[in-house]
Amino acid sequence: MDIDQHRFELLTRLGDSALIMGHRLSEWSGDAPTFEEDMAMSNIALDLIGQARLWLTAASQAEGAGRTEDDLAYQRDVRDWRNLHLVELPNGDFGRTIVRQYFFDAYHLLMLEGLSRGSDREISGIAAKSLKEVRYHLRHSSGWVVRLGDGTQESHKRMVNALDICTPCVPELFEVDEVYRALEARGVVPAMKDLQAQWECQVRTVLSEATLSMPEITNPMSGGRTGLHSEHLGYLLAEMQFLQRAYPGATW
Amino acid sequence: MSAAVENTRLRVFEVLDSVCDPEIPTVSIRDLGIVRGVDVCDGQVQVMITPTYSGCPAMQVIEQDIHEALGRIGINHVTVKQVLYPPWTTDWITDQGRKHLRATGITPPVCYACSEDSTETGISCPRCGSDNTSVLSSFGGTACKALWRCDQCLEPFDYFKPH
Repeated sequence: MDIDQHRFELLTRLGDSALIMGHRLSEWSGDAPTFEEDMAMSNIALDLIGQARLWLTAASQAEGAGRTEDDLAYQRDVRDWRNLHLVELPNGDFGRTIVRQYFFDAYHLLMLEGLSRGSDREISGIAAKSLKEVRYHLRHSSGWVVRLGDGTQESHKRMVNALDICTPCVPELFEVDEVYRALEARGVVPAMKDLQAQWECQVRTVLSEATLSMPEITNPMSGGRTGLHSEHLGYLLAEMQFLQRAYPGATW
Repeated sequence: MSAAVENTRLRVFEVLDSVCDPEIPTVSIRDLGIVRGVDVCDGQVQVMITPTYSGCPAMQVIEQDIHEALGRIGINHVTVKQVLYPPWTTDWITDQGRKHLRATGITPPVCYACSEDSTETGISCPRCGSDNTSVLSSFGGTACKALWRCDQCLEPFDYFKPH
């Protein structure tokens, strides 16, 4: 693979995780536990879908094959998606959504901070734009982790359960492959080892404030960035891509 | 720069003063810091704008409004270019923009956005001016606003988040 292909891979990975995370959150629109959370979920979803557009537009330009951001979003099948397993996990109850969101936000912010300091000007520009939004997301999700973990017996129990479901997706966040290593060598992406150490330290602090702890990971997920996904992604895409599949080329 | 080019630039800026954010129709896109520059070259006008939030749906409407407003004064060869860097910040909202926001019932950001943890004190009610206020929701009706309540006059109001 050459540098353009590496960039295309990185850009689709970033765009796909943002888009799938945004879509999952949009499923709460009109259905969240309170009105305020309904607005929060929808706002965060909108930020992430906006970021996904920036990444996927850049990806389509890097690819140079005539595909647009919409082609990438609506016309790829499961095996061509490059998102993390974490973001395709179904919403579950509010606690599970919050743990999933917190894990993602903490990772997302560190990644964007690293990218914004990186050597690729287009990528660092999008990252600098996005990280201001994600800082706000993290404040929201970490606040809820503490409130629910250190809340009632019921909310604590649900958070423990949510951690059991979300933690198998954690090791994948920090996986590196040939693409990542090549971009790391060029100074485009942050050193994954450092990022992981920072993530673990931050998460430990917040979980301890929430009277929670990380469970042991016995069955780690892997391979989302190379197109290996859980069964959940297919169902999500069936809904998200329905219109373009049923009416190809439909526009507003 | 020739006088004709400078003249066109000034006319363009004047028109842009009349283009408002569709979500906040009393504040112009210049006062919001969305317009980043205007280039005039060989009869072509390029307007550089920057999105407030990545997912802000107003950007497409703003682009269209710029074309229409310039078209009305006979400037038709216009391209609107989105620039991402440096990212938009509420620090670019002008004093006039802040005044108009408050008059619309939206409290402008009380602090500069460059600090990582923005303070949330001293946010006063745009109606009665009281500082006795509390946050209802960190996320409001649009990406750029949070929902607050005045504990004095009991009216809810929008707060433009420092960003």
